[in-house]
Amino acid sequence: MFRISCPFCGERDENEFVCGGQAHIARPEPAEQVSERDWAEYLFFRDNPKGLHFERWQHRYGCRQWFNIVRHTVSHEILAVYRLDEAPPDVDREEAV
Amino acid sequence: MSNTQPMRLETGGRIDREKPLSFSFDGKQYNGFAGDTLASALLANGVRVVGRSFKYHRPRGILAAGAEECNALVTVGRGALEEPNIRATMQPLYDGLEARSQNCWPGVKFDIGRSLDYLHFLWPAGFYNKTFIWPHWHWYEGFIRRMSGLGKLPPADDPDHYMHHNVHCDVLIVGGGPAGLSAALAASENTARVAVIEQDSRLGGSLLWSEGNINGERGDAWLEETVRVLRQRDNVTLLTNTTASAWFDHRMVIACEMVSDRRATGEGEGPRQRLWKVHAREIVLATGAIEQPLVFANNDRPGIMLASAVKQYCNRYAVAPGMRIAIATNNDSAYGVAGALMSAGVDVAAMIDARQSLAGEGARALRDQGMTVFHNAIPLDCRGDRGVRSVSVARRGGEERLATLECDCIAMAGGWQPAVHLFTQARGRLRYDPSLGAFLPDEIPPHVHVAGMVAGALTLDMALEQGREAGLAAAGDGLQVRPRTRSKSTGALHMERAGCEHRPDRQWIDFQYDVTLQDIDIAVAENYTSVEHLKRYTTTGMSVDQGKTSNVNALLALAERTGRTPGEVGTTTFRPFYMPVTLGALAGRDRGEFYAPVQRSPLFACHEQLNAQFEDYGTWRRPRVYPRNGESEQQAVAREAVAARTSVVVFDGSPLGKIEVYGPGAAEFLNRVYLNNVTSLETGRARYGLMLNENGIIIDDGIFARLPDDHYLVHTTSAGANRIHAWMEALLQGDWPDLDVLLTPVTSQWANIAVSGPRARELLERLEAGIDISNNGMPHMSIATGTVENMPLRVLRASFTGELCYELNVPADRGAALWGRLMQLGEDLQIMPIGVETLGVLRTEKGYLHVGSDTDGNTTPGDVGWGHVADRKQGEFLGKRSLSRTHNTSYGRLEFVGLTPVQDGSVLAAGAHVIGAEHTGAPAPTQGYVTSACYSPNLRRYVGLGLVQDGSRRQGETVNVYDNGQVHPAQLSTPAAWDPEGDRLHA
Ligand SMILES: [Zn+2]
Repeated sequence: MFRISCPFCGERDENEFVCGGQAHIARPEPAEQVSERDWAEYLFFRDNPKGLHFERWQHRYGCRQWFNIVRHTVSHEILAVYRLDEAPPDVDREEAV
Repeated sequence: MSNTQPMRLETGGRIDREKPLSFSFDGKQYNGFAGDTLASALLANGVRVVGRSFKYHRPRGILAAGAEECNALVTVGRGALEEPNIRATMQPLYDGLEARSQNCWPGVKFDIGRSLDYLHFLWPAGFYNKTFIWPHWHWYEGFIRRMSGLGKLPPADDPDHYMHHNVHCDVLIVGGGPAGLSAALAASENTARVAVIEQDSRLGGSLLWSEGNINGERGDAWLEETVRVLRQRDNVTLLTNTTASAWFDHRMVIACEMVSDRRATGEGEGPRQRLWKVHAREIVLATGAIEQPLVFANNDRPGIMLASAVKQYCNRYAVAPGMRIAIATNNDSAYGVAGALMSAGVDVAAMIDARQSLAGEGARALRDQGMTVFHNAIPLDCRGDRGVRSVSVARRGGEERLATLECDCIAMAGGWQPAVHLFTQARGRLRYDPSLGAFLPDEIPPHVHVAGMVAGALTLDMALEQGREAGLAAAGDGLQVRPRTRSKSTGALHMERAGCEHRPDRQWIDFQYDVTLQDIDIAVAENYTSVEHLKRYTTTGMSVDQGKTSNVNALLALAERTGRTPGEVGTTTFRPFYMPVTLGALAGRDRGEFYAPVQRSPLFACHEQLNAQFEDYGTWRRPRVYPRNGESEQQAVAREAVAARTSVVVFDGSPLGKIEVYGPGAAEFLNRVYLNNVTSLETGRARYGLMLNENGIIIDDGIFARLPDDHYLVHTTSAGANRIHAWMEALLQGDWPDLDVLLTPVTSQWANIAVSGPRARELLERLEAGIDISNNGMPHMSIATGTVENMPLRVLRASFTGELCYELNVPADRGAALWGRLMQLGEDLQIMPIGVETLGVLRTEKGYLHVGSDTDGNTTPGDVGWGHVADRKQGEFLGKRSLSRTHNTSYGRLEFVGLTPVQDGSVLAAGAHVIGAEHTGAPAPTQGYVTSACYSPNLRRYVGLGLVQDGSRRQGETVNVYDNGQVHPAQLSTPAAWDPEGDRLHA
C-alpha cells in the first residue's frame, strides 16, 4: 500500500488515488503532419524502466487534482511529488537505485 | 486436580492452578488451567492423537508449541461460530472451549481414509499429475474435491464482526521475545512511537520457557521489569495474540489480532479479530527461528515432537509430553532440553546425537548424571501406531544397530531456521550459513533491521545486544540508518547433519501434506531438480503451514541428491501470508450491504411504491421493469414499450452523467473533446456528440447543451460519468492549462425524469412550467429553463426512445415531488413508468448506439456512420489524427448495422456470430457479431444491431447468424428498424 503525498492535501493511502501512466508525453504537433510511425510511437509506446519512473496520478477520491510523482519501480520509493505546472525535479538517479 | 490431568507436573509452569478451566475435544470433557493453550491442555490430559494427515490419513500428534504446528489443526467452536484449521498450539484455553479433530471419518482414532496409507505405494509423488489427466481432469474433479481440503466451512453465516485498524508508528517491532523487547526498550527511550507485535498470548518469547541469565539476574526478572517499563511508556503500543503476516509496499505490515475468542462460546463482546494495518517508518524484525525436525523412518508418529516444544511444554505449561522421552539431535541445543526435563523429574531415555565426536560440555554433564548418550548415532525407525512406543538407534549409515529404546516421546532437534518470512517479503536476500545449517538474512533492505535468532544470534546476550542496536538505529532522528549488509551467525550450535539416506520405510519431510523422502527421490529421478519444480511436483511446503517445518529438510535432501550446496539450490519464495488470516478479518466491515456502495436515485422510493423490479447497473440500483398484476417480465416490457410509442411514459434518468462546464474556454474545450462541432452551437440548443480518445476510438456519447453565457451542460452515459469527468480534468489540468474552464460534476445534484411518447407535450402543457414547449418554441434538440411549483426546472428536448421526448431536471430533493405531479397529471393519459430493460428495447428498435455494447475498443466514428461529421469538422479535436491511420481506414472493419430476421419467428441473440450466407454452420469464419438484440413488441419481430465487417457497404445482403448450433438468416440493414426517417422525433 503506497503512501502518496498529494501536493494539495498531504499524505494519503494509495487507494484514494488513480495512476494515469507515464508523465511528460508530449503530443507531436501539428498532428496531421506527424508520420504514421511517430504517431504510433506517441500513442502506444511507453517506457518500462527498472528504476525511476515519472508518472501521473490523480487524487480521485480527494481533491480530484492530477499531479506527477517520481517512483522507483523496484522499491516503489516515491522520490518526488510535483504539480503539473512544475518542472520535473532533478532526482539523483544513482542514489535512488 | 492433577489426577484428572495425568501428564501435568506437580509444580512449575506459567499456568494458574487456581483457575481450572474445562473444555472438550471430540466430545470428551477435559480440564486445564488458565495459561494453557489447547495443545498443552490436551497433552496434560494424555491426548496423543489430535488429527489425521492430509493424504494418507495417518494418526498425528502435536509436533510443536507455536505457529509452526502442522498436525494439530482443529475446529473450534460450534455452529455459525465455528472456525476450522485452528492451530491447537496457538489457541489459548478458555472455559467451555469446544474443539474437534478434522480430516477423519468416522473419528480421529479410527479413520476409514487410513486405507490410503496402507496403499501408499499406489500414490507416489506425481501420481496426481500423471493419473488424473485421462480422459480429462474434470472426470475426477468431483471425487478429488471431496477427498481434499482441510476442515469444513462453518454451516452458517459468521455472526461475528471484524474490524480494521490503521496505525502509524516510527518503529514497528515484529516479535516480542528478548531481541524484540530489547529493541523496544532502546527505540522508545525518547519520543519515537513504537509498536511491538507478538503472536503469542504473552510477551517474552523464549524467556517464557528457557532459563536465562541477563546482567546477573534471572531472565524472567528482566522480562517482568522490561514489560513493566514498556507499559509505562506512552509512546509504546504492545500487541499480543497478534500475528504479523504480510508485508506490503511502503512498509505496511498486516497483522491479525485475536481479540475475543470467547465469542466462540457466545460470550464476550467487541470484534472477534482485528486486522491491524501498520504503517511504519522503520521496521525491526525479531521474528525468531523455527526448530526443524529430523528425518527418519516413521518420524510422523504421535509423540514425536520438536525438542524445543518438549522443553516449552515442560517449563512453561508444566506438562510432560511423555513418561519417558528419547532425544535425537544433530546440534547442541538439545542438551538444554535434556537438562530441563531432568530438572522437572521427567525420565529421559537417552540422547541420540548424530555428531561424530562429543566434545561439548553438555554431553559430559549428561553422562556424569548417568544418562546414556549415543554419539555418531541416529534414530533409525520407531514403533507405535497411535503413539510412539520405542525407537531403534543405529550408527550413522544405518547398518550397525545400537539399541532399541522404550519411549513414548521422541524430541527432535534438527537445527534452527530463522523465521525469515517477512524479511523475504520485504525483498531481503538470504544466504545459506553452513555453521547454522540454515538460511540467514543477507542483504537487508532499507528501513529494515533484524535482531535475535532471525539474524542468527544464538545466545541471549547476543540477541539483546542486536535488539538494542536495531532499536536505537530504527529510532534514530530521521537519519538514514545504515543497513547492515551481512548478519553474522553468533555463538555456535556445533551442528552436524547426518544426511538423509534412503530406507525401506517412509521418512517424512512435510508432515501436513504427507511428502516423504521417497517422494523427493522420485522427483529427482524424474529430473525435477529446481527447488520450484520440486515444490510443485511433490507439493512439499504447499500446505497451510507453507513449509515452516519442511522446506529446509526438503531442499537439503534435494541438494544432497543433486550434488549441490544448499546455497546453490536456494529457497522458494515466501509470500504473504505467514499465517493464514480469516476471510472475516480481511473483509472487516466490508461485507453484506457494505461490500460495495449502492447508488440509489432520488426517486428510489417512488419506484419501490410502484413495485419495480430492481437491478444493479454499474453502481446504480435501478428499476428494470415495473410488472403489474402477475405479469411476467416479458409481458411487462412489452406493455411498457408499446405505451412509450402510443401514449406517454416516464423514465427515471437521474443516473445519467451530468457535468457543468463554465468559462471563457468552455466552447473551445468541448470542441476539442467532441467529434461534433460545438462552437457553432447557439444558446438554448443541444447536440448529440461522440467523444473519442487519442486513438480515435469512441469512449462515450451523449447530449451537450448550451445555456446562456459560457455555460454548457454535458450529459455522459451513466457508466461513464466518473470516468469522463476524470479524463476531462486530466486534459484541463495537464494538457490544456491555458484554457479557462471550470468543471463541476453534478450527476447526483439533479433528478432527471424523461417524459416520452406522442402525448408527452400534452402532459407537459398541464405542468404550466412557464416554458413555450410548442414545436416551434422548443424544437427537437433544445433546452429551456422554467419553474414548476417553485422548483427550478431545466427542460431538454432530446430523445433516446425515438419518440417525442423531454427530459425534466429538478434539484434532486424535489425529484419525487415532480414524479408524483407527472403521474397525477397523466392519469387520464394512462401514463406509466418504464424501466431500464424497456428502454433497451426502445433504443434497439430505433437503432440508437449504446457505447460499450454496440462499440468495442476498436470502434471509430466511421464504423458507426459518423465518418462524414469527422471529415467536415474544422479544427483540431482529440482522436482526429488517428482516424487517418491505416488501420482505421482499411477494409474489413467491423461496422455498425441493423440485422433483420428473414424468416418469420427467427430469433436474434446478442453474442451470436455473423457468418457468410454460403456457410450453414460452424466452422465458418466470423464476419462480426450481434451486439444488441431483443424481441420488438412494436414491430412484432426480433430486432438486432451488430458489428459486421464492411457492414455499411453490405446493406441489403443476407447473412447467416450462428447462435449455439442454430443458424438464422438475417438481412443487413440500417440500424433504425423503427421510424428510420425520424419523423416522430420532430412531431
Ligand atoms: Zn488531494
